[in-house]
Amino acid sequence: MSYDRAITVFSPDGHLFQVEYAMEAVKNGTTAVGIKGQKTVVLGVEKKSAAKLQDQRTVRKIMKLDGHICLAFAGLVADARVLVNKARLECQSYRLTMEDSPTVEYISRYIAQVQQRFTQRGGRRPFGISNLIAGFDADGTPNLYQTDPTGSHTSWKALAIGRNAKSVREFLEENYEESNTAEEKGDEDAPIKLAAKALLEVVESGAKNIEIAYLKPGSGLKMVPADKVAAICKEIEAEKEKDKARGKKKKST
Amino acid sequence: MDIILGLVGKDYVMTVADRAQARSIVVFKHDEDKIFELDGHMVMATAGPQGDRANFAEYIQRNIQLYKYRNDLPLTTKGAANFTRNELATFLRKSPYQVNLLMAGYDEKVGPSLYYMDYLGSMHKMGFAAHGYGSYFTLSTMDRYYKEGMDLEQGKELMMKCIKMLQQRFLINCPKFICKIVTKDGITTSEL
Repeated sequence: MSYDRAITVFSPDGHLFQVEYAMEAVKNGTTAVGIKGQKTVVLGVEKKSAAKLQDQRTVRKIMKLDGHICLAFAGLVADARVLVNKARLECQSYRLTMEDSPTVEYISRYIAQVQQRFTQRGGRRPFGISNLIAGFDADGTPNLYQTDPTGSHTSWKALAIGRNAKSVREFLEENYEESNTAEEKGDEDAPIKLAAKALLEVVESGAKNIEIAYLKPGSGLKMVPADKVAAICKEIEAEKEKDKARGKKKKST
Repeated sequence: MDIILGLVGKDYVMTVADRAQARSIVVFKHDEDKIFELDGHMVMATAGPQGDRANFAEYIQRNIQLYKYRNDLPLTTKGAANFTRNELATFLRKSPYQVNLLMAGYDEKVGPSLYYMDYLGSMHKMGFAAHGYGSYFTLSTMDRYYKEGMDLEQGKELMMKCIKMLQQRFLINCPKFICKIVTKDGITTSEL
């Protein structure tokens, strides 16, 4: 008997197959990366190569939820639109009833609850997306949360989701501390550079397929302009070449 | 009892409201702000019982913000006014909001505009407007001296004429007024 038909049925070995298949859908999605710095929170996404006849401006993978919170996702685009709509409504609803801005944790918890509800009730399928929710709370603390189709939400210092998430996450684990110290020493762009570096590991054809956005405390979401992204990517490529050349020299001497 | 006035000038729209919050014969406070800021370039002056005023205005405020996030584009003043009027009309036959409104905003393409709305759901775009008892005393003054396209100084002068008229002839003493002016640079608040 197949236990992957209805969502509300456990298999004998304790799996919810529909939820696991939803995670597979996420793994098929384009990569998204989130980095929590001290004064900046960065979201970076891989943009699929532009079809020639498509208007690129209508492809949006980093969405504003409220003045101080934004979201990037990996997985089914249409599912994301539905969830983001609900989250935007919840942000304004919270502001109306509480007369205060919602914390990033509150909105992440709300989104996670919605995703969990769809794994249990109503005979509906789960959302095929994982989300990176980034922002600054009113008191200035930076936040980066992840939600996934199971309905859990967790806080991260840096994370990658979607295609090649594993290798990007390993890259981030190796390089996050260095970027953090660089930011402490005064390099404000360090988290942005780290996001670009991480994405370049897995994105083919470089700068024009990367989109990076960042938030600072008290200000809304800002996109890094395309020419700056290109400049950062060039810098990173140059550094890579230098490291390669140094490596070769060491080998030859 | 609330006095709210509005006036459109060359490149600005001015809204003025009295600052007293009262019920029956008791005045609760003399520094109430009755002009709600809906967006960077839109304000709404409200008149009526405080509960309805605050409830309705906050509801409209939040819906206008939601529109902005959902559509990546802020609502125009005309759009916001029509949305608000629709809400008033919908609730009229369910549980009416007893709020009279003046919605004022500045749009890049259209310039400054002022919309008069009352609690029964009527809406008019006007050059100058007033609600309540205040209107009996000020509309005639504004009729006489208002010209289209007045600059800021002339507008302030006309507003001061209206306020002096109120302070001279209206039974209820209103010493303080709050004035919010919307221009292309945003909203400036002052006390008159």
